[in-house]
Order: sequence, then structure tokens, then C-alpha cells
Amino acid sequence: MNEVIQGLKLMPIDYYIAFCSILFVIGVIGVLIKRNALVIFMSVELMLNSINLLIAAFSVYWNSASGQILVIFVMVVAAAEVAVGLSILVVTYQNTQSIDMNLLKRLKE
Amino acid sequence: MEKYIFFGLSGLAIFSAIMVLVSNKPIHNLLYLILCFMAIAGHYLLLNAQFLAVVHIIVYAGAIMVLFLFTLMMLNLNLKLELNKSLMARIVAFVSGLLLLVTLVIILNGLVIPTPKTATTQIGMTRDLGQVLFSEYMVPFEAASILFLSAMVGAVMMVNKNK
Repeated sequence: MNEVIQGLKLMPIDYYIAFCSILFVIGVIGVLIKRNALVIFMSVELMLNSINLLIAAFSVYWNSASGQILVIFVMVVAAAEVAVGLSILVVTYQNTQSIDMNLLKRLKE
Repeated sequence: MEKYIFFGLSGLAIFSAIMVLVSNKPIHNLLYLILCFMAIAGHYLLLNAQFLAVVHIIVYAGAIMVLFLFTLMMLNLNLKLELNKSLMARIVAFVSGLLLLVTLVIILNGLVIPTPKTATTQIGMTRDLGQVLFSEYMVPFEAASILFLSAMVGAVMMVNKNK
């Protein structure tokens, strides 16, 4: 595996910056335009993943392992967030029979 | 060679990310999201971060997506809903997203980072990552386990609340 990978050249960091920014912005737009709470969670996952990839790229370019450790911790937090968020979603669905975000605007009533 | 792999994976990831937004069935959104995550795992391999690539597939495609899938099946979402916002809100969201993209690219391009010649760095290997994780980052690692415990207890408490 090492010999196969060692021949690869790294792309310039600008490409990773552009790619991850595009992916992040797609996630932001998804959060803004969707009303389905499940799809909003998916967009949040998309944003977290683009950030993870950019952190990993920076850590490889700086030749420092701390960045990749940070990626692992971000994954941990994302997993915890999804578990709690989806359980909130299930409870909301049991109460209102819907996961429409526009209904959740009136939570305090 | 690397260039073709990079652009192929990037195109696949961006296409499937856009399809997450475009398609209107939640199950299709989910499958496109899994495709996007697979492309990102390929990117990790291209960066020679092998441990991250495998963990990414296991955690996201294995655990989180299955969680989404179970939630989707529990929610019974085959009702006819227009789950997009109004046209005006969509246009505003799109424009602000493009502005954010321009800002991000301009800011981040100010960084000057020299590109290494080859990906000979060994920091992505499991052994080296493990040594760093269990020596330098031991305390955050333990804190992460407490975070997981509290998330688990919270999820169970919330779903069982009305019994």
C-alpha cells in the first residue's frame, strides 16, 4: 500500500480550498432553502465533511498529525449531534405528525 | 494521473451534493449523500490519509447513514409535501451562498502554503496517528467518550419521555 501511494503527487492546496468551499456553500444553501428537517441535517453533515476534508488537506501539507486528530474529534461530535438531533426529530414527529421546519417556528405556543 | 483522479472525485462529490438539494424524495437525498461521502473518502486516500478514509466510511456510510435511514423509515414520509421554501427565499439563499463562496475563496487564497513534492508523508498511517492520539491528545479522547455517553443518554431519554 505504501509503495502504491508514494508515487502520488499532491495537488496544489488552492484546488482543495476551492473544492471544499463549493461543498460547504452547497451545504449552506441546502440549510437555507429546505423545509424538510431531515434534509437540513444532511446539509449540515455535508458542511462538516467539507471542513473535515480541508483540515485533513492542511494537515498533510503542513506535515503535522494534529490536524488529522482534529478531524477524528469533529467526526465524534458530528456523530453525537446526529444522534441527539434525530431523536429530537422523532419526538417532534410524534407530537406534530410532520417534520416541516415552518411548523417548528411556533414551538413556544 | 492524480489530476484526473482529483477532478473525477471532485466532480462526483459536487454533482451528488447538488443532487441532495435538487431531488425531492428523502431516500434519494440520502443515497446521493452516501455517494458524496464515498467521493470524499477517495479524496482522503488521495491525500494519503488512509486511517481517516477508512474511519470516514465506517462512521458516515456505516453508522450515521444507517441512523438517517432508520429515522426515515420510522417517519413514514410518503405524504405529499412541498418541502421547499418560496421562490424568493430560494433566490436570496442562492445569492447569499454565492457571496459566501466568493468571500471564502478570496480569504483562504491569501494563505501561502508550499506544496510538497510527493505524498510521502506517513502521518496518515494508523500507527502514527495512534501514537499522537494516545500520548498528546489523551485527555480530549477521554472527554469525547463522556460526550458520547451523554449523547446516548440524551437520545434515549428524549425518545422515551412520553411513556
